[in-house]
Amino acid sequence: MSDSPAIAHGAADSAVHEHPPYQRHHFETMAQQNDATNFAMWIFLLTEVMFFGGLFTAYLIYRNWYYPAFVAGSHQLSIPLGGLNTLLLITSSFTMAMGVWCAETRRKSGLVLCLILTFILGLGFLGIKTIEYSEKIEKHHVPGFHYSLQSFLDPASDDAAKAAGDKPMALDMARHTEVYFSLYFAMTGMHALHMIIGISILGYMIFRARAGAYTAGHVAFVENFGLYWHFVDIIWIFLFPLLYLISRHQ
Amino acid sequence: MSEHQEHEHHIVSPKVYAIILLALLTGTALTVWASYIDLGILNPIIALGIACTKATLVVLFFMHVKYSSKLTKLTVGAGVFTFLILVGMTLADYFTRAWGRW
Repeated sequence: MSDSPAIAHGAADSAVHEHPPYQRHHFETMAQQNDATNFAMWIFLLTEVMFFGGLFTAYLIYRNWYYPAFVAGSHQLSIPLGGLNTLLLITSSFTMAMGVWCAETRRKSGLVLCLILTFILGLGFLGIKTIEYSEKIEKHHVPGFHYSLQSFLDPASDDAAKAAGDKPMALDMARHTEVYFSLYFAMTGMHALHMIIGISILGYMIFRARAGAYTAGHVAFVENFGLYWHFVDIIWIFLFPLLYLISRHQ
Repeated sequence: MSEHQEHEHHIVSPKVYAIILLALLTGTALTVWASYIDLGILNPIIALGIACTKATLVVLFFMHVKYSSKLTKLTVGAGVFTFLILVGMTLADYFTRAWGRW
């Protein structure tokens, strides 16, 4: 995924090397180098799939074990906010894909615009996530010493629980809502961390794109970053129904 | 390495991207709408079905796998297969062992 030019060679060397400066000298052709970096990026993404897969599996098992607690926990999430975040992320995936197209067809200002839009949409996602997190902090739904069971023991005192028609829960089951929120914060938190890393790289790419780095025929970096960004989108595509949607009627 | 088969680079057009964006937005609207209807056991199945469809669209078109080399296709396929084996076997183990004795 490197986009820096290959290490400069001596004068004698450069006479032998008749290839673009961004082609590493251990590759025969640019096509071979692109195939290799693309393959490496996919291998990295597969390790990410396995990593998130563990979290998803934990969620599925605990959801089946402590089902009433997970239903009541998910009633505390806002579908409008989660849905809006899904829209932002899907749109950012589209602008990123358009950015790849701009780089491939050497449209410099188009690429910069697409990257900036992706950057802004990503920040918007994190902004809404912050609103959701702060609500959880206010209600003491963050697992730990200050965790509060009030929304689950006395749902009439909680707007979200009341709207969902929750019934008061026995203490031992109510305590398991903490497991739900542990997984909620672990999964959305890891996802948000990936977004923060992606947005940081996007910031760097915007500077490089303005200098024309990706519109001179070498697009591997933009393309492979696109793969990463779409992968983060896919994780959210699964998080949204699993955490927000599937327990609305119990 | 001269016999190495290199993959021709395919540029996906903005039209394809726009169609996929529309499909993804429709899928999102559909999954939110379906979640408000009480369908019992079907609710999670429909939600996950739509999510899998959306993820497949992203992988095939936004991530260019449909237009990629056989190596990339095989890599993605092997990854999904291994993922399903790991998750499936783990769930099968949990669901058939000491169930209800937590």
